[in-house]
Amino acid sequence: MDVVFLSRLQFAAATMFHFLFVPLTLGLSVLVAYMETKYVRTGDETYLRMTKFWGKLFLINFAIGVVTGITLEFQFGTNWSRYSEFVGDIFGSLLAIEATAAFFLESTLIGVWVFGWNRLSKRAHAIVMWLVAAAGNISAIWILTANGWMQHPVGYTIRNGRAELTDFSAVVFNKFSILEFFHMLPAAFILAAFFVMGISAYHLLKKQHVDLFTRSFKMALVFGLIFSIFIVIEGDMHGVHVTKTQPAKLAAMEAHWETTTRAPIHLFAIPDEENERNIIEIGTLPGLLSLLGYHDFDAEVKGLKDFPKDERPPVLITLIAFRGMVGLGTLFPLLMIIGLFKRNRLTESPLYLRVMLYAIPLPYIAIQLGWVLAEVGRQPWIVYGIMKTSDAASPIAVSQVFTSLIAFILVYGLLGAVAFYLIIKNARKGPE
Amino acid sequence: MDLQAIWFFLWGLLWAIFFMTDGFDFGVGTLIPFLGKSDADRSVMINSVGPLWDGNEVWLITAGGVTFAAFPRVYAVMFSSFYTPLMLILFALILRGVSFEFRHQVDSPVWRKVWETCLFIGSVLPAILFGVAFANIFKGIPIDQEGVFHGNLFTLLNPYGLLGGALFLVLFLQHGAVWLSIKTEGDLQKRSVNAANKIWPVLLTAAVIFLIASFFATDLYDNYLACPALFIVCIITVAALLGIKIFLKKGAYFKAWFSSSLTIVGATFFGIIGLFPNMFPSSIDPAFSLTARNASSSPLTLTIILIVVLIFIPVVICYQIWTYNLFKGKVTQDDLTY
Repeated sequence: MDVVFLSRLQFAAATMFHFLFVPLTLGLSVLVAYMETKYVRTGDETYLRMTKFWGKLFLINFAIGVVTGITLEFQFGTNWSRYSEFVGDIFGSLLAIEATAAFFLESTLIGVWVFGWNRLSKRAHAIVMWLVAAAGNISAIWILTANGWMQHPVGYTIRNGRAELTDFSAVVFNKFSILEFFHMLPAAFILAAFFVMGISAYHLLKKQHVDLFTRSFKMALVFGLIFSIFIVIEGDMHGVHVTKTQPAKLAAMEAHWETTTRAPIHLFAIPDEENERNIIEIGTLPGLLSLLGYHDFDAEVKGLKDFPKDERPPVLITLIAFRGMVGLGTLFPLLMIIGLFKRNRLTESPLYLRVMLYAIPLPYIAIQLGWVLAEVGRQPWIVYGIMKTSDAASPIAVSQVFTSLIAFILVYGLLGAVAFYLIIKNARKGPE
Repeated sequence: MDLQAIWFFLWGLLWAIFFMTDGFDFGVGTLIPFLGKSDADRSVMINSVGPLWDGNEVWLITAGGVTFAAFPRVYAVMFSSFYTPLMLILFALILRGVSFEFRHQVDSPVWRKVWETCLFIGSVLPAILFGVAFANIFKGIPIDQEGVFHGNLFTLLNPYGLLGGALFLVLFLQHGAVWLSIKTEGDLQKRSVNAANKIWPVLLTAAVIFLIASFFATDLYDNYLACPALFIVCIITVAALLGIKIFLKKGAYFKAWFSSSLTIVGATFFGIIGLFPNMFPSSIDPAFSLTARNASSSPLTLTIILIVVLIFIPVVICYQIWTYNLFKGKVTQDDLTY
């Protein structure tokens, strides 16, 4: 075990844990702001109870998202100092902008929202929540701009032994980042929709607070339906762009070894990376990979064999992540459409409600798989094409990283358990 | 002043504001076991900073982000050299942050005790470690020409480093005790005022010892001797320090808090000015030191983030002042339920 490997494990653990909480924050903040606006507009107390109930779950989730975010910013310096030095001119400035332009607003106003019920007018209090939601989502823009630059670096030149900024607008309007943003944001909204629908389903199954949870369910359903359809269309565009910018990732996604035209997708495949082939290929659909990558059945798709061995991502993980994400992403709009038909007789559809309750973890899995695909599929590069992950770690001792990794597992494990307990406890208890 | 110098002092300013704002949060968190006799007391103490701590902590994130953006080499070498203390700070801040949210979630004395303890650890540890880190920066760090740190946590826990830790802790305790004097009532307020009065001579002693030790352990005074007009910073800081005591005596707690804020900002700038243009001096060879000159970003990046910061930081300050104003006055029953 070396510093690079342990630092990768640690970063993966810290990021994936962080990202169990962030997507819900992004989506639920918008829903809570909408509920509170409905309350201000109509004066209907049910909307106030909704705001408080979902707001409470939002806050528990928010707290963990915030505290685990700082670690990520600092880990670039602690564990990836060579990377930081190399990219700070561009990557660092995006993180600095995120903090000043967005995260400040979110963190300052969340305290106002929590403690300001009696100190602000109803209207102002609802506006505060909208600002929290907006700031959170603007934060995401900057973070994804930073990640998009790692995926597809633009607007830089290599000077003084590092990547220096030459064109700021190229970095900000990097197509890769924009596609990532419009992929991640709806994913977060879908996750929030499933969270709200699932917990509402739990109470509707028990026939308690029927009015409140029917409203919550329907609100989330509309929200989720729109974005689950949007993300399928956007995901298709994203695939085409990945093909153009990261062809090795596309080849790994489908364990595509030989460069061919009419490249197929296999419904089931087990790659053998050692011998550069697939052990099993079942259900081969010719031309589909060409279609996915180029919107053309006959297009030529470059195979993994045409990339140097040390420039290929791990095939099996990339393949599983891609399939899992796409499979779940296809399931989501279907579940939403069924909901559309059942929306006016939810309490008479216990089977559907039960399905939606147990579906809560699915978008969580889909989002994690999506990030695994993005990050593992980018390997061996930390910045695609210009810096390898193996050259990026800090000159620190293995024992230091080993100790901190253990500490991360213990502290995050404990936090996760407490958060899980509190969210379940409050979700079960229902509104006041 | 050129871009690099401007950024050096902005960098110092962000740290100063972080210590000034989150400083009283750390102070309050550390005072909980000493001043919070009852459960109600502790709730009041925690909620005196409840609406504000999160926004305050972002000054740290911004200071970190700006180090990354404006001085990438400093960020890389400083953060990897301080690996273990920084990890301790991060875990401490995590525990502190969740304690605010978790403590009131379950109605059980044991549960609350657990999160109060986490809040205490999460406050006292960063207070000390930030002091240790900055004192070591003032003193110089064993880094070679590659920026590789030759030492470990115990290298940093030298007498001068520990003195820095003690000074920061006492500064924040003073700041927190004065804050509680403003925000609380009755017996709790009496205890807070009493604590503030008792801490003051300790702070004075720690400050004097630190100033004298700095003369022997660091080169901080070189810039002051080269330009004696800079001693005005020390004079203002000392005046602010005296102001704390004077205003405490008069019962003007807000003015006392303003004085302790100024003391913290002044103390930070005392070090920052003395350090200039060094940011992470090497104790092995001054030629290996990282400075505002040899570790900065490109002029284009420095210009762009300067524009961003000049637009947004004043806006941030405005809405944070609005927030402080919204929650001014004593902690009320309203602030305890939500």
